[in-house]
Amino acid sequence: MQWEVVIGLEIHTQLTTRSKIFSGSSTTFGSEPNTQASLIDLGMPGVLPVLNQEAVRMAVMFGLAIDAEIGQHNVFARKNYFYPDLPKGYQISQMELPIVGKGHLDIALEDGTVKRVGITRAHLEEDAGKSLHEEFSGATGIDLNRAGTPLLEIVSEPDMRSAKEAVAYVKAIHALVRYLGICDGNMAEGSLRCDCNVSIRPKGQVEFGTRCEIKNVNSFRFIEKAINSEIQRQIDLIEDGGKVIQQTRLYDPNKDETRPMRSKEEANDYRYFPDPDLLPVVIEDSFLNDVRATLPELPPQKRERFQSAFGLSAYDANVLATSREQADYFEKVAAIGGDAKQAANWVMVELGSLLNKQNLDIEDSPVSAEQLGGMLQRIKDNTISGKIAKVVFEAMANGEGSADEIIEKRGLKQVTDTGAISAVLDEMLAANAEQVEQYRAADEAKRGKMFGFFVGQAMKASKGKANPQQVNELLKSKLEG
Amino acid sequence: MHQLTLAEIARGLADKKFSSEELTKVLLARITQLDPQLNSFISLTEELALEQAKAADARRANGESGALLGAPIAHKDLFCTQGIRTSCGSKMLDNFKAPYDATVVSKLAAAGTVTLGKTNMDEFAMGSANESSWYGAVKNPWNLEHVPGGSSGGSAAAVAARLLPAATATDTGGSIRQPAAFTNLTGLKPTYGRVSRWGMIAYASSLDQGGPLARTAEDCAILLQGMAGFDPNDSTSIDEPVPDYAAGLNGSLQGLRIGVPKEYFGAGLDPRIAELIQNSIKELQKLGAVIKEISLPNMQHAIPAYYVIAPAEASSNLSRFDGVRFGHRCADPKNLEDLYKRSRGEGFGPEVQRRIMVGAYALSAGYYDAYYLKAQKIRRLVKNDFMAAFNEVDIILGPTTPNPAWKLGAKNSDPVAAYLEDVYTITANLAGLPGLSMPAGFVDGLPVGVQLLAPYFQEGRLLNVAHQYQLNTDWHTRTPTGF
Repeated sequence: MQWEVVIGLEIHTQLTTRSKIFSGSSTTFGSEPNTQASLIDLGMPGVLPVLNQEAVRMAVMFGLAIDAEIGQHNVFARKNYFYPDLPKGYQISQMELPIVGKGHLDIALEDGTVKRVGITRAHLEEDAGKSLHEEFSGATGIDLNRAGTPLLEIVSEPDMRSAKEAVAYVKAIHALVRYLGICDGNMAEGSLRCDCNVSIRPKGQVEFGTRCEIKNVNSFRFIEKAINSEIQRQIDLIEDGGKVIQQTRLYDPNKDETRPMRSKEEANDYRYFPDPDLLPVVIEDSFLNDVRATLPELPPQKRERFQSAFGLSAYDANVLATSREQADYFEKVAAIGGDAKQAANWVMVELGSLLNKQNLDIEDSPVSAEQLGGMLQRIKDNTISGKIAKVVFEAMANGEGSADEIIEKRGLKQVTDTGAISAVLDEMLAANAEQVEQYRAADEAKRGKMFGFFVGQAMKASKGKANPQQVNELLKSKLEG
Repeated sequence: MHQLTLAEIARGLADKKFSSEELTKVLLARITQLDPQLNSFISLTEELALEQAKAADARRANGESGALLGAPIAHKDLFCTQGIRTSCGSKMLDNFKAPYDATVVSKLAAAGTVTLGKTNMDEFAMGSANESSWYGAVKNPWNLEHVPGGSSGGSAAAVAARLLPAATATDTGGSIRQPAAFTNLTGLKPTYGRVSRWGMIAYASSLDQGGPLARTAEDCAILLQGMAGFDPNDSTSIDEPVPDYAAGLNGSLQGLRIGVPKEYFGAGLDPRIAELIQNSIKELQKLGAVIKEISLPNMQHAIPAYYVIAPAEASSNLSRFDGVRFGHRCADPKNLEDLYKRSRGEGFGPEVQRRIMVGAYALSAGYYDAYYLKAQKIRRLVKNDFMAAFNEVDIILGPTTPNPAWKLGAKNSDPVAAYLEDVYTITANLAGLPGLSMPAGFVDGLPVGVQLLAPYFQEGRLLNVAHQYQLNTDWHTRTPTGF
């Protein structure tokens, strides 16, 4: 049987407001337990929530970025359930009338095609605290620092058809919220968490299969692995004559399998109702226009511009537009260096592997965009060759200064004086008289191969500084002659 | 000295006839002597009171003045008071010392009031007889075998018995006005949003409103002045200027249009109360008011709507009492579920548990539309009735309660019978309107109240009418025998 996979995602993004969504406490990650929990976060008797306008602004920014309708009349609702890390016994969330309505996001797939993923809604809510089971034998510790951190929950349509597409979508959301500056995207710290709804159906069938939800997956790699293992589980189950039961599951990366969560939430009835402590939030057109004016250029537009203005491939444009920092870096290098394609190559290949090796973000790159752009100028004006550039780049990475300084200090300047190159070539050819004989006797096909040998010798003799193009031309005429 | 009203105390303190400290000592002694009969206090705060009284005297000596500077009051025990037990009349919070002051408490303290203690109340403000308190029932000073009304029964009994001149209270469905009527006091429930709810432990958030209980309209004006105002900590508080209530007391009632809803005088109203209400109407006519019969057709639906909305909100508001962070925790919980079940089962009394169950049911999947949403629709209809009525009249007048205070225990076996007693008061909460109850006479030696309702933020109009009425009647000056 041919199976089709259907995936929808719920992504929780912690918004980077300085204070919590309904209290003035700080949202900084990693503080001592319960040092960032105010009376409100503790759910003390008599306390009341006051909405943080900044969270509303950020949610609206996101809505505008995905071309969604923004709810003019927003209502916060209480989701009632008991859990020790939920101090009030209810979570303030949005049920009907979320702040962000239907929208969409275009994601670039690996094959260079673009897919449009529908976004059902995104709503504001408060995060819960954390239960700490490890440090307290026989008891559970509660840390309420996280309680009340603003979350934007982004719910997609079931539009993804493979784990790879799901990951591409999460990456696109990740890039988008970072572009907008509304979420730091730090998945290890839980700033962006993902619930994956997975089902399968026979290819061609219109109705969806029964879905399972994999809760709280928090890395791109695990999202892919968790979904794939869940797909396999469902296929095996059905092909063995079984049935998928709708349930919430957890992914165990150690065993690479999903398993059912404790059935604490059987027959959920959250008794949602509008929170009487909060007035409806009315979003005026003037506010929307103000927020719209602050929107930066977003990945899809950037991708398009990189292709049309710089002639980059869809793949390169997509990679470079992944993060705002990387895109900005690239544009700066291209502007200084005067060659966008070269800039793209250097940023993606040499710089990419350097950062990868040192596990650094591009913001912390040891080679600045100014340095790299300066070096590309020297390639362009033939001061150095591409090969020497690698040496220069390495030296820049080691903190030896600008390209010009390094070229000067190390004497890497390319030799372009025809006479000087000619002299080097003559000397080299004389030392390799036998090979010259062979070359001249060889046919066209063999000559091609042997020509490389002479180029190599010539570059070696010039310590890599001879202009390769000139070497080629001169060598050709000398050997033919 | 214990007979003095807030207004008289302010004059006495200004004229240096006595100090706040002297007055405070007299009242504290009186409470100690007489309150055992009434049970109107849950906590006495003698040390704090003397400290505040001395501070107020010092401020006066420094040339400060103010109607509340040195005035002794008490707070209903659901206003959070820092470092002092705030029990809500519940075993659940018997061990709870609030870590902060409610806005009402801090505003009044800044104005110089002296807190004598925390008054008894129905558990979590759920009740209209003050019999559901974990600290025991409060007795009505007019007849110790009768209830004082609720849920602000402690505040009402204490003020009526002249243990102190005034107290704070709250009103979710009549909890200020009904005890005022039952104990011959004047009580005002302000417009929803007029008084901050920050630090006022919630029963039903969309209905709760704090207000004053005192013997006169003038004293209500003085106390409300110290309580009212916008509070950025309460999103439902409204940023509307607070008028000078005392300055507005002396307006003429000439031409005042008083609406009397015909629905108020149907079956269920004690005819002797109906007669007293008619007398108060005649009194106001003598002062120049014009009477007009009006209709509030949706009033009959108000009780069922109220008893869906209030418990629904309560069921959620009271979820935080889970034995985890504060309040009662059961001994040796076996697991999380056991902790929840026993802490809540032991901490909450039967009426609170009943309302949590009713509320959770009304919000459940499958019932939400039929109960909660329908109740909200009725709420809008009730509000619309009032809006239409206030196009024609300035004030709406009627009885505060259909019957006088009943005997202790009389309605314990039939909660619905007690709920029906709220028929005249709950509509103001559903609509968010201000309402006032003032003394209108006696039936079998038990006080009867007349209720006035006004448009939003017209507390001043209510106080003006009540003050003019009180200048021409003496019901409010009557003192219960033995006090």
